[in-house]
Amino acid sequence: MTLELSLNQQPAHARQGSSIGQPLTRRDGFLKVTGAARYAADNHPPGMLYAVLAVSSIARGRVAALDIEAAKAHQGVVEVMTPKNRPALAADPDAKDHPFMFRLDLLQNDQVRYPNQSIAVVIAETLEAATEGAALLSPRYEVLPARVGLDGAESFVPRGVGVGGPAVQHKGDVEAGLKSAKTRIEATYETPAQYHNAMEPHAIVVAWDGDTLSIDTPSQGLAMAQGRIAGLFGIAPENVHIRSPFLGGGFGSKGMISGPQVLGILAARLVGRPVKLVLRREQMYGPVGHRAPTRQTLRMGMDGEGRLTALDHHAKTASSTFDDFFEPAADASHTLYASPAIATSHDAVRLDTGTPLFMRAPGEATGSIALESAIDEAAHACGMDPLEFRLRNYAEVEPMTGKPFSSKALRECYRQAAETFGWASRPLQPRLMRDADGFLTGWGMGTATFPALMFQAEARAVLRADGSGLMETGAQDMGQGAWTAFAQIAADGLGLDIDQVDFRAGSSDLPNAGIAGGSGHTATAGMAIHNAGAAVIARLADLATGNEASPLFGAGNEGVLARGGRLYRRDDESRGESYAEILTRAGLSEIEGHGKGAPDPASQETYAKHAHGAVFAEVKVDPDFGQIRVTRLVGAFAAGRIINPRLVRSQYYGGMIWGVSFALNEEAITDRRSGRIQNANLAEYHVPVNADVPSVEALLVHEDDPHVNALGIKGVGEIGITGTAGAVANAVWHATGVRPRRFPIRIEDLLG
Amino acid sequence: MRDFDYIRPATIPDAIAAAAEPGSAYLAGGTNLLDLMKGGITSPERIVDISRLPELNRIERLDDGGLRIGALVRNADLAYDPAFAKSYPAVAEALLSGASAQLRNAATVGGNLLQRTRCSYFYDTASACNRREPGAGCDALEGENRLHAVLGWSDACIATHPSDFCVPLVALDAVVEIEGKKGRRHVTLEEFHRLPGETPQRENALEPGDLIVAVRLPAEAASFSANARYLKVRERTSYAFAVVSAAAALVVDGGKIRAARLALGGVAAKPWRARTAEAVLLGANANEVTFASAAEAALADASPSGDNAFKIELARRIVVRALMSAQAGTPERLPALPASPFSNIPGARHDA
Repeated sequence: MTLELSLNQQPAHARQGSSIGQPLTRRDGFLKVTGAARYAADNHPPGMLYAVLAVSSIARGRVAALDIEAAKAHQGVVEVMTPKNRPALAADPDAKDHPFMFRLDLLQNDQVRYPNQSIAVVIAETLEAATEGAALLSPRYEVLPARVGLDGAESFVPRGVGVGGPAVQHKGDVEAGLKSAKTRIEATYETPAQYHNAMEPHAIVVAWDGDTLSIDTPSQGLAMAQGRIAGLFGIAPENVHIRSPFLGGGFGSKGMISGPQVLGILAARLVGRPVKLVLRREQMYGPVGHRAPTRQTLRMGMDGEGRLTALDHHAKTASSTFDDFFEPAADASHTLYASPAIATSHDAVRLDTGTPLFMRAPGEATGSIALESAIDEAAHACGMDPLEFRLRNYAEVEPMTGKPFSSKALRECYRQAAETFGWASRPLQPRLMRDADGFLTGWGMGTATFPALMFQAEARAVLRADGSGLMETGAQDMGQGAWTAFAQIAADGLGLDIDQVDFRAGSSDLPNAGIAGGSGHTATAGMAIHNAGAAVIARLADLATGNEASPLFGAGNEGVLARGGRLYRRDDESRGESYAEILTRAGLSEIEGHGKGAPDPASQETYAKHAHGAVFAEVKVDPDFGQIRVTRLVGAFAAGRIINPRLVRSQYYGGMIWGVSFALNEEAITDRRSGRIQNANLAEYHVPVNADVPSVEALLVHEDDPHVNALGIKGVGEIGITGTAGAVANAVWHATGVRPRRFPIRIEDLLG
Repeated sequence: MRDFDYIRPATIPDAIAAAAEPGSAYLAGGTNLLDLMKGGITSPERIVDISRLPELNRIERLDDGGLRIGALVRNADLAYDPAFAKSYPAVAEALLSGASAQLRNAATVGGNLLQRTRCSYFYDTASACNRREPGAGCDALEGENRLHAVLGWSDACIATHPSDFCVPLVALDAVVEIEGKKGRRHVTLEEFHRLPGETPQRENALEPGDLIVAVRLPAEAASFSANARYLKVRERTSYAFAVVSAAAALVVDGGKIRAARLALGGVAAKPWRARTAEAVLLGANANEVTFASAAEAALADASPSGDNAFKIELARRIVVRALMSAQAGTPERLPALPASPFSNIPGARHDA
């Protein structure tokens, strides 16, 4: 693979000293715009066959018959894989050893538990033959009634929500707080099922060689995928080599290896040849996760000054009938607004859908749109400006836990965004602003927040006698800019110019970089890189400071600086020598160091760690038609150290556009009888088009955080969707006087 | 793969002869047919590719002052033809409000008339659909139908025709020029599309082998050029079908309406010519009161086919606004966001 070489074909950028903080353009940008970037499905190993899934059109029941003969008789079809001939697995796909192991549909039986579940795989010489073979299977089913919608089954309280947090939590006495309140509001908001819809469908190209596996597939978590596959097939993880240099979007749906990807591996096993399997767009609406619908009720009480006396947030959601993932929507109320009494609770139903999974701020996004709407309602009920109300209820410590924040520049976010937006001239009452063309105009705001998470990662650093460096970590670039941001951290960690660093990522044979998810990849893998750099520099310093021939002799580790490929004495920068000189003198062709990134348990215990932001939205609404257009978004975000402001701004833009999409566009329309999704395509599952994307401004608010990690990095990937969706909804209210209570906001909701 | 015969005829008679065989389908831009084939909604045994028939891609002025648009003229080419847009601005606006730039570059005039409904139950082969499979039933009736028809529907089918282009065309008395085994004939666009009744599978006036060779606009269609608009309400700004749309064209003289044309889109299985509304408008004063009366008349027979009662009121309001916009006059330049209620917002990009 020539990836590393190509990535270094970037023209040098004018900069001084540190790479961190520089607005470098994407190092992989050239590859992407020229089409040279090789995505998983672009691979064609010799002898490769095509596998196509046959999927269920029913939501619940069993497959009674498949016309396997017809499929096999079709020219070019090599094999049909069904529960009868599917190669054996070493582990039960329905086993769940830990909460992050999700049950997979791998043709373990003839049961159907959601629409678009895989029921067979047709393998053929061509994609066309495999596609037709799958159609010829003409399945017959025994159908059971589908359980559809939040009222479609009996509800229960799940054991845990999100990554396992308690479903019910409280502090203080909410009922007493409500009772003592001068003003109270109660409102219920509904959010629909949403699907990730990454541009790149889940795809896998697999070649077996004995008991070793060579795989090209997009993955947000290479080591987890490797471990899961190894477990399912009973082979050593190191025998599973996965390459994932680029993802065409993941949004959480590529965090875990999905059933269809494993079926590609099984298909290759069955036929003894390499196999490619690519999901069709409609097949992505089921087996690769989604965001479950929610129905959230918020109750708030306020005293005479507009201070919250109680905040109660209940969320009803759904999981599949066979696995557990519960969108932790109500938990959004744990961290933002100060209240002496807070209660959050969840209940759920089990529906005949694929299992929901992490999607674009899972819980935070759904919870945020309801919470920010309700806060807006509360402010209005108190006769207060929404910004003033939020400042009145500003949390100086994390409301639910009482922990101090590791850093929190939210006030500054409010100030900068409000000023840039021009919020001060906003009338308090709705439906008062019209533009020159007569459109109702509204301004709304929302607070953004997302936890500063870290997982576990490792990196390996090498310094070579020629003065260059190498940094390796199996990081994943799903478009966010990992190839660039991590190379910047690596360059600083190694004390080299970025063009002197060979940065390798996107492959499972590199050190485990953890997951590109939870907005924690830069912090986690970045710290591993930073620490690996420090480790190899320390070794280099040992070589120099311990050698009498070096000008650094006797300086000691503490007294040495690494910069520009040279070590200097800290107390006398005129004394120094190059890495190459040190290594050559020592007779070493290269030295290496290893580093880890992980959350610090002590500071986890002490501090609440979150990124924050404030988003202001302007919308125009046609007074007769209820058609909405977002015309302006201004967000200001504080997320600790910014590695690359250009990439970070892009992430904020993307997140804010997700927010517009959440408020106005996205919804999986599910037939209430069959449970089938009726708009499983990009023509009718709407996301904003370019013409829907308003003027978007993202302000980077300076924030030093000494506690999150040594680099001071929080996360920026998902925070943009929080705050924004609510800001748009609140702007729609301000324009129209109609409070959106279900999302996406529909024309008929505003017709009046 | 599923084999089918592929024929590329050199002449129109060859095309008609080839397509008259059962199981045949014409291929032009392919923007709808190929999706239908991939989805298993239709499985023609014979594709007759007419996309290279040279005589079908011309726009011709006729001696009688009318216009003849070849069936293979691409949507984008027609919309961006300056003379066409000047004479028939509402048609150009409708064309540019449809689909996406890529689709408009491929889609053809004839194919636009023949595009199938976007009813999701029609596309979902596991659902019952009388249009796809006569007698199977209609799963849309009790299903997810907030965007379905409010005019001219039957218990057999509540689907709508998705075209934007056809809406101003039907308002302007467009005529479909059809060549078939028995020669050439003309059918008004208003009569071309059929309402579902008991036979929703019969969507139009074409007989086996029939080929749309052109769409004609009569001379008087250009007389509305100063006061003609298309207005489309949809759920995102581009690449979305109309929730409801309307084409309005007026000739106003001294405050009186001397001629009026009105049609609705997204409300029925065909582009809906609102003739009773036109009768209300004719001779009346051109003002909002008149337009509101026309809107009432246009929707007098409307009824919800499901969770879509809002479309009736929405349609009334769109009719009023479209008429107001037409009265206000065709804009000097095509709006940056064609047919959008927000077409005046500055900074909007032209080809959004």
